[in-house]
Amino acid sequence: MKPFADLLERLLYTQGRNAKIALLADYFATRPDPERGYALAAIAGKLDFPGAKPAVLRALVATRADPELFALSYDYVGDLAEAIALIWPKAEVESPPELPSVVDQLRRTPREAIPALIATWLDASDVSTRIALIKLITGGLRVGASLRLAKLALAQRFGVEVDAIEEIWHGLLPPYPTLFDWLERRTARPDPGTTPVFRPPMLAHPIEDTDRAGLDWSAYRAEWKWDGIRVQLVATPGGKRLYSRGADDISASFPEILAAMEFNAVLDGELLVIRDGVVAPFADLQQRLNRKIVSAKARAEYPVAVRLYDMLFDGAADLRGLPFDQRRARLEAWFAATTPARMDISPQIDFETEADLAGLRASARDDGIEGLMLKAAASPYLAGRPKGYWWKWKRDPLSLDCVLMYAQRGHGRRSSFYSDYTFGVWTEEGRLVPIGKAYSGYTDAELLVLDKWIRSHTTATYGPVREVEPGIVLEIGFDAAQRSSRHKSGIALRFPRILRLRLDKPVAEADRLETATRLIGAAAV
Amino acid sequence: MPPHPETWLQPRPEGLFCLPGGFFIDATRAVDRAIITHGHADHARPGHQHVLASVETLAIMRSRMGEGRAGITQQALAIGEVLRIGDVDVSLVPAGHVLGSCQVVMEYQGSRAVVSGDYKRRADPTCAPFTPVVCDVFVTEATFGLPVFRHPDTDKEIAKLLHSMTVFPERPHLIGAYGLGKSQRVIALLRASGYDAPIYLHGALAKLCTLYGELGINLGDLRPATVADKSALRGAVVLAPPSAVADRWARRLDDPVVAVASGWMRVRQRAKASGVELPLIISDHADWDELLATVIDVQAPEIWVTHGNETALIYQLGLMGRRGRALSLIGYGDEGDDT
Repeated sequence: MKPFADLLERLLYTQGRNAKIALLADYFATRPDPERGYALAAIAGKLDFPGAKPAVLRALVATRADPELFALSYDYVGDLAEAIALIWPKAEVESPPELPSVVDQLRRTPREAIPALIATWLDASDVSTRIALIKLITGGLRVGASLRLAKLALAQRFGVEVDAIEEIWHGLLPPYPTLFDWLERRTARPDPGTTPVFRPPMLAHPIEDTDRAGLDWSAYRAEWKWDGIRVQLVATPGGKRLYSRGADDISASFPEILAAMEFNAVLDGELLVIRDGVVAPFADLQQRLNRKIVSAKARAEYPVAVRLYDMLFDGAADLRGLPFDQRRARLEAWFAATTPARMDISPQIDFETEADLAGLRASARDDGIEGLMLKAAASPYLAGRPKGYWWKWKRDPLSLDCVLMYAQRGHGRRSSFYSDYTFGVWTEEGRLVPIGKAYSGYTDAELLVLDKWIRSHTTATYGPVREVEPGIVLEIGFDAAQRSSRHKSGIALRFPRILRLRLDKPVAEADRLETATRLIGAAAV
Repeated sequence: MPPHPETWLQPRPEGLFCLPGGFFIDATRAVDRAIITHGHADHARPGHQHVLASVETLAIMRSRMGEGRAGITQQALAIGEVLRIGDVDVSLVPAGHVLGSCQVVMEYQGSRAVVSGDYKRRADPTCAPFTPVVCDVFVTEATFGLPVFRHPDTDKEIAKLLHSMTVFPERPHLIGAYGLGKSQRVIALLRASGYDAPIYLHGALAKLCTLYGELGINLGDLRPATVADKSALRGAVVLAPPSAVADRWARRLDDPVVAVASGWMRVRQRAKASGVELPLIISDHADWDELLATVIDVQAPEIWVTHGNETALIYQLGLMGRRGRALSLIGYGDEGDDT
């Protein structure tokens, strides 16, 4: 348990993705089976111990510390696992249990004996191991590293493609002996069989002016780019799953989609809230994301559907090697024969020239459209982001001239720079009201200018946040403006970023709230 | 029956006032007569008329404030020497907090009160160890007055630093440490562990390190970080005030491992929020166990708490059969080393 605890502690304090991947890779390469497999399962959130919930731990700490003192301590520390770990009496002799033994004993021990078991472990452990133990047991690991980083670490250390891991991941079970056997070249890659595993999706490149200039437009097909979330529907005789683009199993959040998956196929599409055939703004879909339990009310208010645009498997037949046109024909034929509920097919757009598409892109006013997708008629379905096959041609951003209001320092390499900005627009009464936050879009030179200016124009500090006098106009670009009850301004911007620093512009000439409000639901041109 | 210290030692807006002696201890604003426990800015304020303190504390005050502001007249009192002020016998005994830090022991008509200032109980190569004095009222700080604060062995924390330096031999290790006490202690601990390479200092730390040297604390080869060649700082130890480690000053270092030496590093989210990669739990204040051990050692039936997390400590004192009293003095804990 100690090496796992050390890993978690170092991940917590380590800034930067590559450094975290290096820590994980080192751990997986040096720790024995099945410990590393259980560690991976813990990071994946795949370990559940029903007999050990936070309430059990609270009751347990009352046997070792005065309740009043614990209450004051918990109040100060703010994290239950850490408060318990810190207040727990110091170990006479440190001999923390091993991770596999912890998992094994928690599974075998009857519920009523679990508190005493945990107590003996805590008695024998140092603070860092106690925190890891409690977090592991109660399932709130929050390690500061995602499962994706762990998979990248495995791929890097063992010299395989991360997609090769993703393709079999959902068919594996902790502590993943077949995975490590394969990674260390002792056996072939595990065959997921009919398990409904995730297939790494094919992604598109943003198209630049120079890319468009060289394109043979007749070799491409066009579709709208829908503003929902990319999903993969996997239905096999072995089961049904709905996956996000990042390989998360989101089946539980969308039971009505699962219910409609009465077929044997792997499909690629966009999950959207659709009412009477009209795609609702992304904010509506957000009401349905990350929910473990979905109420009937939420289902009725935010009805979801999938707009299909590709087919990876038709039954057992792997279509990924076929050209796009053939896959599309298979998808259409399959759809006509199957007519699944809560699904339709993303229509293809007729065009002949670039100008046709440019005109359509400019005139699109629909909330649910982010722009256009261009797909090479001959493109196979390739994992990742291969160049030259699929392009996304997003609408130009909407923009507003906003006033810098608050700044906060960034993380990692930006930790000494005020690099996170909250900006606002003027109300009718001449006050500034914040409408968004941006962390990107500026050049290094602009960052230096902003950092220096912020330090010498701070009017108040709130913890890490500096309030500055109104003095800088930022031209903010965003994909859409949506109504929001969570923001004082009543507006939420989608993907805001800094387009330009407008040092030339007096703050009084920045935009007004009514201008911003008029952009709600508007499409950029 | 000796008078209860309550009758002759009183909290006032300026700080604790000893009536029969006519002096304040660690007055937070300029007063006529002040006894100063140690040189941190929240305890040693400028502008007093008459200042009494240990030789080292007086030297530290002069160095930080300049001659004129560190008391119009300064009087040094040697450790253990008894001085009669008014009707009170006053003496100083070591508090173990920073160089020169002392507890103030007062005896008046057979009643004894001890004001500890800030203190710790564990070994520190840069100052004399805390000496418990049996008394009727013990006045304590409670910076770490919660049972979650148990500082680990200091040696382990230094080992953690040395280990990180072997894992990242190319990266400078930038340690945030307060200018008076903590910096010198960290340097002395590194020296004691056998690290004898040059250590680089932020400008704000240089003067006090020199003063420590003059007062007999050898800190080895110290150099200014500001003028050092970037390549010289590769793999080196660099010390700076905590406020500088995540700020513009630190940009001169190439990909530093940022460490902060403080008792607050015990709480992870707090350590993480300060942008630290390597938290070092090294404190110049008593932790929970040290606070309780001290209460027992001084045998005082009554404990007054000046500042810090007093609620938990006073509750615990009740469990131990002592009377705890919160003085809630305003103005301490600003520099207080670990804040």
